[in-house]
Amino acid sequence: MTNDANLLPSGLPRIESMQMRDIVKRFPGVLANDHVNFDVNAGEIHALLGENGAGKSTLMKVLYGLYQPEEGEILLNGQVANIHSPTDAIEQGIGMIHQHFMLVDNLTVAQNVALGLKSSKGKGFVLDLDVVTARIRDLADKYGLYVDPEAIINRLSVGERQRVEIIKALYRGAALLILDEPTAVLTPQEVDEIFKIFRNMAAEGHALIFISHKLDEIFALTDRVTVLRDGRVVGDVLTADVTKNELANMMVGREVLMERHRVPMPVGEVRLKLEDVNAVNDREQPILRHISFAVRSGEILGVAGVSGNGQRALAEAIAGLQPVSEGRVEMDGRDVTNLSPSQMFEAGLSYIPEERMHDGVIKNFNVAENLVLQDHQFPPYSKGIFLNFGTIDSHADEMIREFDIKTPSKDTAVKNLSGGNIQKLILARELDRQPRFLIAAQPTRGVDIGATEYIHAQLLKQRSEGLATLLISEDLDEVMAMSDRIMVLFGGEIMGIVDSDQVTVQQLGLMMAGEKAEDVFAQKDLAAAGDT
Amino acid sequence: MQKKFDIYKLIDLFIPILAVLAALAVGAVILLFQDANPLEAYSAMFSGAFTNKNGMADTLVKAIPLLLVALGVAIAFRGGVINIGAEGQLIMGALLTTWLGLQLGDTLPGWLVIIIGMLGGAMMGGLWAAVPGLLKAYLGVNEILSTIMMNQIAIQIAFFLLRGPMIDPAELEAGTNIPQSARLARSADLPRFTDMAKALGFTKTAEELGLTGFTAELYGLFVEPTRLHSGLIIAIVLAILVYVLLWRTTIGFRIRTVGENKAASRYAGINVKRYIVLSITLGGVFAGLAGAIEILGLHHRMFEPTAVSAGYGFSGIVVALFGFLNPLGIIPSAILFGGLLVGGDKMQRAMQIPQVLITVILGLVVLFVVSADIWVKRRATRRVSVEEPASPADPDPPPSNIPPAEAAT
Repeated sequence: MTNDANLLPSGLPRIESMQMRDIVKRFPGVLANDHVNFDVNAGEIHALLGENGAGKSTLMKVLYGLYQPEEGEILLNGQVANIHSPTDAIEQGIGMIHQHFMLVDNLTVAQNVALGLKSSKGKGFVLDLDVVTARIRDLADKYGLYVDPEAIINRLSVGERQRVEIIKALYRGAALLILDEPTAVLTPQEVDEIFKIFRNMAAEGHALIFISHKLDEIFALTDRVTVLRDGRVVGDVLTADVTKNELANMMVGREVLMERHRVPMPVGEVRLKLEDVNAVNDREQPILRHISFAVRSGEILGVAGVSGNGQRALAEAIAGLQPVSEGRVEMDGRDVTNLSPSQMFEAGLSYIPEERMHDGVIKNFNVAENLVLQDHQFPPYSKGIFLNFGTIDSHADEMIREFDIKTPSKDTAVKNLSGGNIQKLILARELDRQPRFLIAAQPTRGVDIGATEYIHAQLLKQRSEGLATLLISEDLDEVMAMSDRIMVLFGGEIMGIVDSDQVTVQQLGLMMAGEKAEDVFAQKDLAAAGDT
Repeated sequence: MQKKFDIYKLIDLFIPILAVLAALAVGAVILLFQDANPLEAYSAMFSGAFTNKNGMADTLVKAIPLLLVALGVAIAFRGGVINIGAEGQLIMGALLTTWLGLQLGDTLPGWLVIIIGMLGGAMMGGLWAAVPGLLKAYLGVNEILSTIMMNQIAIQIAFFLLRGPMIDPAELEAGTNIPQSARLARSADLPRFTDMAKALGFTKTAEELGLTGFTAELYGLFVEPTRLHSGLIIAIVLAILVYVLLWRTTIGFRIRTVGENKAASRYAGINVKRYIVLSITLGGVFAGLAGAIEILGLHHRMFEPTAVSAGYGFSGIVVALFGFLNPLGIIPSAILFGGLLVGGDKMQRAMQIPQVLITVILGLVVLFVVSADIWVKRRATRRVSVEEPASPADPDPPPSNIPPAEAAT
């Protein structure tokens, strides 16, 4: 036995310090990490904050050996560490708790912990679960992580499953733990509980990296914050030394690049109206709470929010793809609550789905077929049960011309088109139907600048022709530039609906982090902070 | 748009042929281990199946159920459902056709009994397939498992009926108790080609016309008495209709859409569950019809269920895959595999080689076809990315920080 002070309760050595130096990681077309420096010490909880796509996950995957950086190095206790795979990372005491649990549902806790473990065998190939069980009990005791090793995973609550994940990491000797949005799926009570465990672990000498975009949690838990934006570090500060506003500023406070080419429009009649709409997911957890709003003809209502805060559920609830458990959806004054998607299309809805490759097109079908995905059963595209290829083909040629879809021909399979052109195809399909109401979810994500401008121009043109649009986007610049009003969702709830001319990016950032609009606007110092 | 000649399309057309040759080559190695001359064996196989009128008739007679089953498998596959239950659907179809035929006897004109029998058999097959379809669509039960289990149920029901209510009274009288039904009324036999030829006025034999060689055999195939029956015409017409259904109608469009991508189908307003049930039910209709036609055209009575189905429910899957799930490709595919089955039988008799070797070769063909298909598709993707690079103004960066490999999954 060496000096006890250098050992963790799990009986393993501490990682006194970890430094990532000048990490560069590129993906085709994207510089995900641009000379990033990041470090954490034993006993510390260090937050990594940033918007979606800021490079947080990439950086942590580099640390965990899932990605190899093009440049830069990782030091553990001052020594250069070679981490080429998660196995290397685990052997050197780095553990990762993923946002989505990596557990086998119909195995017990002990069996899950034993999965893939090299040293779990008793004799030869025989798995000695008793050893595993005893060690789990021991760890659970020392860390206050109460789970029954013999319980089957699918009987456990989400919070308990999280504890199993932590035990799994500790069992494998983790001294440094990467926590990738660990609270994303937890209830507030479970969050309190897990925070206690995290603080306890830090006090015992673990180093913790906490990835989040929720400002409240960062203030409640962490000692230090590093903010990433567009792959670069924009701040590394002690949590006690900053305010929420300053952090929101760092996270989203860049220049608004896009000009507002919106001209004021007289708005018309109400096209879509939601009244106190609620919805639950398949585990009966609420995903939409008391949603009420209305969109008028000639208006674009932007929906801002960090992804996973109910945007998708909202779009799907309107489109008839997600059952509404309570409340009422009206289109043109008619009750359309829980109609089927095809009934909604007939009522005049068009929907540009978020995951265009997955939900928006059939990859192996050609351009012409994809352009009639919903409407193939109606004249002029069919007569009786027979498809009318004459009109389907001429319609395709027309759409390719009108919407400038770059494709070798209308017979080309959609999988061979670029992302921007697939999005133009979907746009063509959805707008050509002359909808009464349009949902555009992330319409320009992953699309190049030219196509983005084109898509924006089309949306604005439709607006001037009286279309009512719900624009869901994670790109705040886009939301600010395109929308007449902006609604912010957080945890399935509306934080506020504000006039886009009277709100700053900082104020939106605070609302996206869970502050109600009333509270945000009550803060007098905000305007000053926003100007810096 | 100018269409240019694509050499790769020509190569792709040869892929199935190469796959068969490769399978035969591996089969040859196995034959060598059996101390048999592969060339001799294969020539016995080929000449048995494709050179004389009786061999060709047997080939086509086997191609009929293979073609029908494969059409059903192809529809289900296109709809994203893997139907391993054609065997059971065929047996249930054959059972109901037999029962209807026995009940109706010669109380109705023969052609009406044939039509009722075929419709009944098709309906029964469809019902038998609808059960796993409904289980998959509404309860998420894996159709591969449920269809296999439905096969076993069908076999046991057939044995139960053939040993009890449907047994041939003659069997009980004679005390032999073989599980088989009585023969259906002769008026309800599907016309054979020779009967139709006679009705059309072709009465002379090849010899009388002075034909010789292969021409004589070909003439004999259609005119002289062989087992070849009009089920072949029904099957080929249906293959064309299935092609029209899948590629020319709105129903086929939706079946294929659901088969390609259920999420996108849902977003496009298609009732995905309904189309899952529909595609496997249609598959069952074709398997049931295969059973009906086997009874009406060939056996004229129901007997041991696995002998009636003769593995067509499984071989039909191979036929469908070999025909690239395209009804028009399935026609030659069914004839080829019919020939392999007949030729294997001939090879066994000529060379004392176990017929199971044919089963081995069938399996090898599937293996080669499927892997060649994957290879062709990969190469096609590569080709597209080389020949048609996205224009520089049109790059497609992956969303956020997901690397392409991960984003593709």
